[in-house]
Amino acid sequence: MKYTIPLAAALSAALWQLPAQAADLEVIHWWTSGGEQAAVSVLAREFDQLGADKWKDSAIAQGENARAVAYQRIFGGTPPGAAQFNTSRQFEELINAGLLQDLSSVADKEQWASFIRPPAIFGPCQKDGKVYCVPVNLHSEQWIWVNRKVYQQAGVTEPTTWQDFLESAPKIKAAGFIPLAQGGQPWQEFLLFRDMLLGMAGKDVWYQVWRDKNADVAGGSAVRKVFETMGELRQYTDQGMAGRNWNDTTNLVITGKAAAQVMGDWARGEFVLAGKQPGEDYDCIPGPSPEPYLTTNGDVFIFPKQKDPAVTQAQFKLASMLVDARVQTLFNNAKGSLPIRDDVDMSLADACIKKGLALLKRPDAIVQGYALFITPDTRGQIEDLLTEYWSTPDMTVDAAQQRFVEIIGDAD
Amino acid sequence: MSSSASQSGRAGAARKRWQWRPLLATTPMALTAIGIFVVCVVYSVVLAFTRTKRFPTFDFVGFDQFGRLWHTSRWLASVENLLIFGVLFIAICLLVGFLLAVLMDQKVRMESAFRTVFLYPYAMSFVVTGLVWQWMLEPSLGIQNEVRSWGWSSFSFAPLTDPDFAIYGVIIAAAWQSSGLIMALMLAGLRGIDSDIWKAARVDGIPTWQTYLFIVLPMMRPVVVTSVVLLGASVVKVYDLIVAQTGGGPGISTEVPAKFVIDYITERGNAGQGMAAATMMLLPILLLVGPWVYNEYVRRGARP
Repeated sequence: MKYTIPLAAALSAALWQLPAQAADLEVIHWWTSGGEQAAVSVLAREFDQLGADKWKDSAIAQGENARAVAYQRIFGGTPPGAAQFNTSRQFEELINAGLLQDLSSVADKEQWASFIRPPAIFGPCQKDGKVYCVPVNLHSEQWIWVNRKVYQQAGVTEPTTWQDFLESAPKIKAAGFIPLAQGGQPWQEFLLFRDMLLGMAGKDVWYQVWRDKNADVAGGSAVRKVFETMGELRQYTDQGMAGRNWNDTTNLVITGKAAAQVMGDWARGEFVLAGKQPGEDYDCIPGPSPEPYLTTNGDVFIFPKQKDPAVTQAQFKLASMLVDARVQTLFNNAKGSLPIRDDVDMSLADACIKKGLALLKRPDAIVQGYALFITPDTRGQIEDLLTEYWSTPDMTVDAAQQRFVEIIGDAD
Repeated sequence: MSSSASQSGRAGAARKRWQWRPLLATTPMALTAIGIFVVCVVYSVVLAFTRTKRFPTFDFVGFDQFGRLWHTSRWLASVENLLIFGVLFIAICLLVGFLLAVLMDQKVRMESAFRTVFLYPYAMSFVVTGLVWQWMLEPSLGIQNEVRSWGWSSFSFAPLTDPDFAIYGVIIAAAWQSSGLIMALMLAGLRGIDSDIWKAARVDGIPTWQTYLFIVLPMMRPVVVTSVVLLGASVVKVYDLIVAQTGGGPGISTEVPAKFVIDYITERGNAGQGMAAATMMLLPILLLVGPWVYNEYVRRGARP
């Protein structure tokens, strides 16, 4: 007992005297699937080659869990060197509380604002002229993935609008396939809803709902049509939907059990892993919607403030490396996401990535992601509503839309 | 504490000198209890009346958080699920546990082997239990598929895919895990019954089942109370089982209050709302424990 205090003092003294030259930079992220691991190991390898500092990998499965750990570590006073978040409002309170490292010295010197495109993905990183995060990629959620052979066997054409989809679905079902592969997790149900909202109601309604939080639009006929169509889609899914992961759901499309899945562009990795060819075995269709859109979701890294200056130096080094053109090339080719800058060689990219890159060149096709506008709290409420609506056929469209209007009306 | 205090009152001054040792020994525990239980609980309740998001702010908003909470259908579903889960889970565990204990009490061969087998599920975490039963109840892998392969092709048993029945799938898993523990407690209780009681019952010609039900069971009241308290504690805090087995789905059909609280204070970053829910979870416990504490300490202490 009586040795405890001197021992603790000696230990803490020893901790303070840890070497100041080389630092271990712990990075929390949720890139755990096969393709994602390949991409994150590019970052780790490139960082280790920069000098004596070492990338210390803390991979935590599932975004919610990884972000929860990052928050708790930051609040608890033992922040990680860097943590992955989405291009969104997820970390705005960390910025406001002054817990994140200001990166503007690096960002200004390297003129990030001049090459990061579209500017929307840099927005959440900036506050009062300072820079608090680094966007590393762009993901669009506005895609439907179809199995070409299933559509051929059912004798219908691939959908370009939700109306097409509803017309062809009964024939696909009659031919013995699942028309829509859907995973029964709240975030996947919300993703389907967003795809339909943008695909059916267009981008004006999209911005009015998410950015302006316009309760009249949320309660209007365009949004009502989305709820109605979502209700109709229930009959075109399968019994095994409950709690199914997105990649197991993609696998239904890959193996020809299901015709189509609505999922972000990260689904491409599963098709590639299964050795499938775009345009031959499967197709990626933006939307489906009359006008093709590309939504600006993606990943960023934040850098919590540190006590040890050596770690801070390592943070600046990593921040600068993440936007480097060569690292962007290697990383995004491995991940299948779109780079955050234009001067990146994506010639190895497959047909699906090229479709995304082409859309990225058309400013009218770029739509800012919902997460830039609503808080995780609001998102959670919408997910609760949609998952209840989706799994409760008795729930009326009116009741569901009424609650949606309340949530949007109360959102901050 | 109260008994030692009354003792010290009666004891002489010579014994009083030694009282600092037990006092010293209990100080860390007392500090922990006050620091963690009282201070943190009060702090949490206070936060429930504020606009707190991720960071504590003392911007008071009255009962707004509670208003929103009781207006949230997920919370209402969570409370309903907890009631269904609590009642059925405790009832099934007591019933199965008692039956197993009675069967075990018939001087079966290899009793210790059976006891180990039945107690084994309790050694598993709720996460493992949840995953095991997720697979067992998966229509294309588990029980349904197996029975169909025996030839009963219309057999249907997939509670986790149906929002109306999913909570019962969770109850099955939880009861499977905890019944063994109740069996062990009940068996110890049965063994503690004086064998003269059995002899007397036999002399009177009372059938065995009646002896168990009307004589032995009432005598085991303390064991039953212990079992209910243990099971009740695991009902209120059930979280990991849900996360592992259903994730709260399909829809919101298996959501529980603890998951609501955790989701709101972590990922959703609305600690005020989470703390309002936590306060509501605390309330019934206070209502149950309060009268008991009063009865045990205040009233009894007041007696001469």
